[in-house]
Amino acid sequence: MPQSADRVLDHALLFREPEYQEMFERKREAFECPASSAEVEAQTEYSKSWEYRDKNLAREALVINPAKACQPLGAVFAAAGFEGTMSFVHGSQGCVAYYRSHLARHFKEPASAVSSSMTEDAAVFGGLNNMVDGLANTYSLYAPKMIAVSTTCMAEVIGDDLHAFIETAKQKGSVPKEFDVPFAHTPAFVGSHVEGYDNMVKGVLDYFWKDKEREPGETINIIPGFDGFCVGNNRELKRLLDLMGVSYTLLPDASDQYDTPSDGEFRMYFGGTTLGDTTAALNAKATLSLQSYCTRKTLDFAAEKGQQTLSFHYPLGVGATDELLLKIAELGGVSIPDAITLERGRLVDAMADSQSLLHGKRYAIYGDPDFVLGMARFIMETGGEPVHCLATNGTKQWAEEMEQLLASSPFGAEGKVWSGKDLWHLRSLLFTEPVDLLIGNSYGKYLERDTGTPLVRLNFPIFDRHHHHRFPLWGYQGGLRLLTSVLDKIFDKLDQDTSAAGQDISFDLTR
Amino acid sequence: MSLDNENPTAFNEKLIADVLSAYPDKFAKRRRKHLTVAKPPTDANADSSEGEVLSECDVKSNVKSIPGVMTIRGCAYAGSKGVVWGPVKDMVHISHGPVGCGQYSWSQRRNYYTGTTGIDSFVTMQFTSDFQERDIVFGGDKKLGKIIDEIDTLFPLSRGLTVQSECPIGLIGDDIEAVAKKKSKDIGKTIVPVRCEGFRGVSQSLGHHIANDAIRDWVLDKKEVAHEPGPYDVNVIGDYNIGGDGWASRLLLEEIGLQVIANWSGDATLAEIERAPKAKMNLIHCYRSMNYICRHMEEKHGVAWMEYNFFGPTQIAASLRAIAKHFGPEIEEKAEQVIAKYQPLVDAIVAKYRPRLEGKTVMLYVGGLRPRHMITAYDDLGLKIVGTGYEFGHSDDYQRTGHYVREGTLIYDDVTGYELESFIERIRPDLVGSGIKEKYPVQKMGIPFRQMHSWDYSGPYHGYDGFAIFARDMDLAINNPVWSLFDPPWREKEKPVLQAAE
Repeated sequence: MPQSADRVLDHALLFREPEYQEMFERKREAFECPASSAEVEAQTEYSKSWEYRDKNLAREALVINPAKACQPLGAVFAAAGFEGTMSFVHGSQGCVAYYRSHLARHFKEPASAVSSSMTEDAAVFGGLNNMVDGLANTYSLYAPKMIAVSTTCMAEVIGDDLHAFIETAKQKGSVPKEFDVPFAHTPAFVGSHVEGYDNMVKGVLDYFWKDKEREPGETINIIPGFDGFCVGNNRELKRLLDLMGVSYTLLPDASDQYDTPSDGEFRMYFGGTTLGDTTAALNAKATLSLQSYCTRKTLDFAAEKGQQTLSFHYPLGVGATDELLLKIAELGGVSIPDAITLERGRLVDAMADSQSLLHGKRYAIYGDPDFVLGMARFIMETGGEPVHCLATNGTKQWAEEMEQLLASSPFGAEGKVWSGKDLWHLRSLLFTEPVDLLIGNSYGKYLERDTGTPLVRLNFPIFDRHHHHRFPLWGYQGGLRLLTSVLDKIFDKLDQDTSAAGQDISFDLTR
Repeated sequence: MSLDNENPTAFNEKLIADVLSAYPDKFAKRRRKHLTVAKPPTDANADSSEGEVLSECDVKSNVKSIPGVMTIRGCAYAGSKGVVWGPVKDMVHISHGPVGCGQYSWSQRRNYYTGTTGIDSFVTMQFTSDFQERDIVFGGDKKLGKIIDEIDTLFPLSRGLTVQSECPIGLIGDDIEAVAKKKSKDIGKTIVPVRCEGFRGVSQSLGHHIANDAIRDWVLDKKEVAHEPGPYDVNVIGDYNIGGDGWASRLLLEEIGLQVIANWSGDATLAEIERAPKAKMNLIHCYRSMNYICRHMEEKHGVAWMEYNFFGPTQIAASLRAIAKHFGPEIEEKAEQVIAKYQPLVDAIVAKYRPRLEGKTVMLYVGGLRPRHMITAYDDLGLKIVGTGYEFGHSDDYQRTGHYVREGTLIYDDVTGYELESFIERIRPDLVGSGIKEKYPVQKMGIPFRQMHSWDYSGPYHGYDGFAIFARDMDLAINNPVWSLFDPPWREKEKPVLQAAE
């Protein structure tokens, strides 16, 4: 009997015990009718081959292990960055359970959102009643300052008109007429969560800015984009902006919403961009996006309103941070303070200290389009070579930008761009053209297991490690964290590879 | 705990009334029917075959959720792909429609299995048709056909496929059944189309039913199954092997001399599903999600069925005896030996953990069978259930609940976020067991929490091996020192107040 009260074995060890191993064998032999070991072995080997890779890359319809989610997730994330805002997703209710779970698993935080719970009758007659009743209930139970409406694909397929529905609901008294109910259509069959983010932010701005005259001021709007590291990143960004003394609005800012304290009180709403600031953001001098592909429509809209617009690609490392800060300094008419210059110097110092370990390392990077651009740029700064750059939700334009970036550095010479490909494609790529490190999110653990490529988790979602998102990747200090994460992985691998007992070669104390 | 121990019924009745006052009238009335306090049993509901009836907990159930209230429920797709079909390991399950559904449910239910992922097993992979606008406009049948071919090329050792429909499939009028029939001939493998679009029904529950029907219509009796029937052949039905639960159960069933010829659907292969009608008996773990197919097998194949409960030593022993009874004295004798064999382990676990847990109160809100089946396991450790409810239960679930809960227990069906938080805040139990969406709000209130869908990344909790882990986990949740750190010493402790919306 493997179990005992003194030393309780859970799943991690229990099933390694002979009682269970023998049972697995009995089950397999007698009842599973499995493929033979020889077949499994042959197919396993074949799946590592160039031939399999060619078949795999020739896929036209099937998507396996994609690195993207659907639009409404981005909309719910975006809405969470506005003060007192409840996301209301119009359509089937299961979707909302999924978004909430997904966000909660990453942030280890509450993720509140409601659904209009449409079912078969709504599929036939439309979801107007669900909107009317739903808004009334949400308003009564959850006392939000704003309800941000988005849609699941069900509501989109049947063609529900959010604008008309919300107007009707207001007329029927679901919420007061003056209560803020911005909305965005977020069809899951168009784009991915990054477009959902864009649509929701634009929906909110459109709502607060419409019919208002812009009186140009000095403030700078900054849109962070969909970011699993928003907690650490937004705070770091605000610290830098405060040091620089510029006037800014983060639009939106979920850093407090997804990092509430444990003190006995559950805060359904916490922090976020105030509705007043959101309205006033119309008067900003400029709107900067930190993730170009998360804000394409929003930036167009800001430009239409007369604002100067500019976008970045998830700025990481020295050069990208330099550019961002210089631009902000220029817009704000300030100079970059010595304190920040010092931070920059410290990051460069750290990179110089470790350059021998980083130079020539080969990487596969996957994730959202801006993240991959930003990360590849940083990797090249360290002397690393981005070999596979993959974004399932990458577009043709992204691929072109990616190619340009790789062409800008000798370290990009071997880089290949994989737009619209998934993590099963990446598996073939890693087997046939191996790299030293894989940079992505938790889903990469299957690639790490299968191909033996060490995984650095630096992108949403991270389910199987805790608290990383609480630390910034942005700014020079964020760069230090980034650098350390990559280095730790390299060192751990080196130690692992040299720690065979009985051999004391290369298992160095100082590295 | 602030629950009035003298008269929990009155306390809970008042609590329900207070909570409902936040709703618009129309919906307060509707929600009223889903909330109750367990009453003394009446003669009418005394059901001797199921054992003693402790209470009556009748509420309205299995009806549509109210819009805008933050229901905790999922959808039919979640019930089919996420629960019933997803764990079948040697089949590829296509999430047919836009990318999200498959993405959010990817690898989240911890259905353990043996096998080589991506080669002969596929549970922790996400296969999707990733619908684009053109698929909505022109239909996805052609694309589905191509996907099936691509799967067959890249995963030749897969034994079959299922097509798990997402919302748009039913709305745009795709004919996935026709595609399944045609492609099944082409590739010579089982292909199961499942109409589990998320808008169907009111919760996961209809998805279970649809998935069961798909097994009936597309798998059973479709092939010759070579199996020499034995007198002790049983199937375990409705154990999804979460954290290895099914394995901890199987071990015991084998020990008492039974032969488990199929486990549905945790760690299952298609062959096991096909073989199931040859068994003597279906042992149902999760009645809610798999009773349908058992009733079918009873009617069509003459396979008897019974429910059992492997949570905690009291229920395990009772279930082993009840199961053994059907198989004659030899098996009964072995069952007694097994119970006796594990008794020292049970005694040691109880001796170690009961003193640390005695008298603590627990609220549950989960799905399937757990809102009732786990109650005795808590009893075994001296914990007391003060509230329980089902995400997607039916009236037969609530009827069965009367065998487990005592009078005065708060009962909530399809509870809303607002209700659950309010109940927890006022009752202040020592532990809450529910899902990931509930975990963090509850912990922020300073109340220990365990996810009771995924076992909070622990498990197994079934069987004697599982009971040890269950006891350890409840202890580490309740008795962790972090809960005493919430109040900064420079702040006077404020009394928690119920946050009522105006």
